[in-house]
Amino acid sequence: MSATASGLAGHLPALQVVAPLLAAPACILLHDARRVWWLAFGVSAAALAIALALLSRVMGGEVLSYALGGWAPPWGIEYRVDALNALVMVLVSGISVVTLVFARESVAREMAAERIYLFYTAWLLCLTGLLGMAATGDAFNVFVFLEISSLATYTLVAFGNDRRALAAAFRYLVMGTIGGTFILIGIGLLYGVTGTLNMADLAVRLEPLRDNPAVRAAFAFIIAGAGLKVAMFPLHAWLPSAYAYAPSAATAFIAATSTKVAVYIMLRFTFTIFGVEFSFDTLALAKALMVFAVIGVFAASMAAIMQRELKRMFAWSSIAQVGYMLIGIAAANMDGLTASMAHLFNHALMKGALFLAIGCVIYRTGAANLDSVAGLGWRMPWTFSALALAGLSLVGVPFTAGFISKWYLLLSVLANGWWLLAAVLVVTSLMAVVYVGKVVESAWFRTPAPGTIAEQAREAPVMMLAPLWALTLANLWFGIETTVPVTVARTAAAALLGLAP
Amino acid sequence: MIDAIAGGFNYWVVVGLIMIGLYMVAGSANLVKKVIGLSVFQSGVFILFITMGKVSGGSAPIASGTVSVYSNPLPHVLILTAIVVGVATTAVALALVVRIHESYGSLEEGDVTGADREQDR
Repeated sequence: MSATASGLAGHLPALQVVAPLLAAPACILLHDARRVWWLAFGVSAAALAIALALLSRVMGGEVLSYALGGWAPPWGIEYRVDALNALVMVLVSGISVVTLVFARESVAREMAAERIYLFYTAWLLCLTGLLGMAATGDAFNVFVFLEISSLATYTLVAFGNDRRALAAAFRYLVMGTIGGTFILIGIGLLYGVTGTLNMADLAVRLEPLRDNPAVRAAFAFIIAGAGLKVAMFPLHAWLPSAYAYAPSAATAFIAATSTKVAVYIMLRFTFTIFGVEFSFDTLALAKALMVFAVIGVFAASMAAIMQRELKRMFAWSSIAQVGYMLIGIAAANMDGLTASMAHLFNHALMKGALFLAIGCVIYRTGAANLDSVAGLGWRMPWTFSALALAGLSLVGVPFTAGFISKWYLLLSVLANGWWLLAAVLVVTSLMAVVYVGKVVESAWFRTPAPGTIAEQAREAPVMMLAPLWALTLANLWFGIETTVPVTVARTAAAALLGLAP
Repeated sequence: MIDAIAGGFNYWVVVGLIMIGLYMVAGSANLVKKVIGLSVFQSGVFILFITMGKVSGGSAPIASGTVSVYSNPLPHVLILTAIVVGVATTAVALALVVRIHESYGSLEEGDVTGADREQDR
C-alpha cells in the first residue's frame, strides 16, 4: 500500500529502523561524548515520533505494508505494521528516549570518558535491532535483527564497571546465541516445507500442513528459542547477572524493552504464523506455557524476596512478570491477550522507573543493596518516593498501571474457569509486596550506618530525576486514565486473533 | 537401511554437528572451547540450510540455454548473512574471553564462577 504512497511519509516503516542503523557508525566518527549523546537522543526522539505516527495510522485496525527496496512481497522483504507492532515500537523508542536523558549523567559517572561513544554506538545498534524485529514481516529478517540487538546487548552489559559484568555478558552470549540459532533452525525448517519466508505467506501455506512433523519441530525450536530470549522460567538463568552488572542506564533500557520485544516475537509466531488452532488446539501450547509460567512466577518471586542487591531483586521480579504475560498468552482469548499486551507496556513503565531509581541511588552512593540504602529515603526523597510508587505499580495497587493489566489478567483467567490460577496471581502479587516492602522499610525506617556515604548523600541531579518521574507519573496516569492503553492493547489483541477490534 | 542413511547423509551430519557443538558448550569448562562449540553448532545449522537449497542434478542458478534445472540460491544467500552473524558472534565472544582473562587471570569457568561467588560474599 505505502510502496505507492509518495514522499517521506510512505517510507516511515523503514526509516524507523534505518535512522538508528546509520547513526550508530556516525557515533564512532563523531567520537565526542557530548555530541554522540545528542545524536543518539535525536535519533531516538525521531524514532518515537515515527512510531507514534505509525500507531495513529493503524489504530483503526488496518495494516501498513512496506516493500523494502521496491521488491514486492512475498519475494522481497516486507515491513508490516499493525496495532501490535506499532505499540511495541512506541514502547521501545519511548523508553530509549527517556533512559537516554538519564544516561547522560549516569554513564559519565559509571564509565571511562574515552569509551562513552562506543557505549552509545552499541545502544543505537540495540535500538535498531529491537525496532527491526518489531517492524519486519519477514521471518529470516527477524533472526538478523534479533542477532543485531543481542550482540549489542551483550556489549552493553559488558560495559559494566565490575569484572562480573564480563562473565555475565559471556554467559548471556552463550545462552542468547543458542536461543537465536534455535529460532534460525525453526525458520529453516519452515522454509524447507513452505518455500517462503514472508510471515503472511507462511501463515497461508502452513494452514494445510498441520500434521507435518517438520512444521511441528519448527514450532518447538522457535518456542524454545523465543522462550530463552523472553527468560521464560527454565531458560531464565542468564537474566539476573546480566541486569545486575550492566551499567544502570543500560539495565533500565534493556529490562524495559528486550524481553518485551521477545514476547512480541513469540506472539507473532504463535498467533500470526502458526495460527491459534495449530498452536493451541493441535499442540497444546497453553498447557506447556501455563506450567512454566506458574512455576516461574512463584520461583522468581521467591528468589526476588531473598535478594539483598536491588538490581538483582528487580531482575528476578522481571522473570516473574514475564510469567504473567505468558499466562495471558496461554489464555489465548481476547481478555488474556489484552492483559498480556497491557502488561507488556505497563511492565516496561514500572521496571524502567525502578531501574532508573536504582541508578540514581548508585549515582550518589555507589551501591544499592538493602543495607546501603538504609535511611536514604530521607536524604533522597524524590528518588525513593518514585521507587515506592513504581513498586506499588509492580504490586498492582489500584490507581496504578500495574493494577489495570493484572485486573484484565484476572478476568481472563476467571473467564476460563481457572480458579487456582486466580489464586496464584493474588498470592504472587502479595509476594511482590514483600520485596518492595523490604526496600521501603530499609530506606525509611532504618538509620544509615555511621561513617558511610549514605549519611551525606544528596538528592540525585534534576536531569536524572526528570526521566525517573516521567516514567513514575506515566505509571499513575495509565492507572487512572485507562481508555487509551486498553484500547491500544485491545486493538493489538484483535490484530493477533484476526478479529475486528 | 543403507538408503535411509545415505539418502539423508547431509541431515545426519547436521544432527551430528549440532549435538557435538551443544555438548562442547555445555560440557567443557574452558571458555574458548565453549566458543568453538558454539561455532560448530552454528555450522551444523548452516549446512541444514544449504542442503535444503540443493536440487539434485541442478546447476548453479545462472540463466543459460543449455541448463534447465537450477539449485535454489536463496538458502545460500540467507546463510551468507547467517555466517556473517556467526563471525560477529564469535568475535564478540572472543573479545569477552580476552577481557575475562585479563581481569580474572583464568579461562576456566569454575575459576570465574568461584571468584564471582567470593566477591558476592
